[in-house]
Amino acid sequence: MPIQYYIFLSLALFSIGIMGTLMRRNAIIIFMCIELMLNAVNLLLVAFSKMYNDASAQIFVFFSMVVAAAEVAVGLAIIVMMYRKVHSVDINILNRLKH
Amino acid sequence: MNAYELIFWLLTVMAISCALGVILSRNPVSSVLFLIATFFAVSGHYILMNAQFLAIVNIIVYAGAIMVLFLFVIMLMNLNADTEPQKNRLVQLAGVVSGGILFLVILAALKSSTNNMLEQTSTDIGLIKNLGKTLFTKFVLPFEIASVLFLSAMIGAVVLGKKGEEGPQTPKGA
Repeated sequence: MPIQYYIFLSLALFSIGIMGTLMRRNAIIIFMCIELMLNAVNLLLVAFSKMYNDASAQIFVFFSMVVAAAEVAVGLAIIVMMYRKVHSVDINILNRLKH
Repeated sequence: MNAYELIFWLLTVMAISCALGVILSRNPVSSVLFLIATFFAVSGHYILMNAQFLAIVNIIVYAGAIMVLFLFVIMLMNLNADTEPQKNRLVQLAGVVSGGILFLVILAALKSSTNNMLEQTSTDIGLIKNLGKTLFTKFVLPFEIASVLFLSAMIGAVVLGKKGEEGPQTPKGA
């Protein structure tokens, strides 16, 4: 497989994630699109790791998964907390930081 | 077209179509299920590149833990297609156009780059044994710091998600 195919695949996934982030109003869906973008970058890192035969990129993917897991835990806690206050996950309602 | 390429294209089509399903489906629960399918396709790509450790970690951490967390939160909030807020058409079109322009620009920039083949001979750097050796010799300090990060994220999530009194608590005498 040429490396270009993997570049284009992860580029497509990344662009779909950006489109979703810009299109949707549900805060949870936007969060999921950010996860999709993270995964696209991980895929490209693994492809380059195989191309250069270097394990460092795979370790980096491992750490980015760790950070993503921590980020999701904190982010979802914040979304749940805001949902308790305003009873919505619509970002047009959540756009004020202070009520 | 040999079996390797066939699996590659199958996984690619599955990943992209499920990713489109994530952003196009009205119901948040089906969005989560599409995202899980996307993660499985990406894990299949990892296996294809002989990064077996990352494939398993991707399934366990992403599809197993993170997406279940999303599913729990969506079901907790009782979201469905009827209550789903929609942006107006113009804003949606602007989002699609800007995402598409990013895609086209990077595609055009990288189209004529050097053609490096990803050789099909299996490299064993992605196996658990070799990756573990690298992780615990060269990258042992970041590994330990990541555990501290996890602990702080866990405490932060518990503190934020706890059902306490309304408003921030001010310390006595402040």
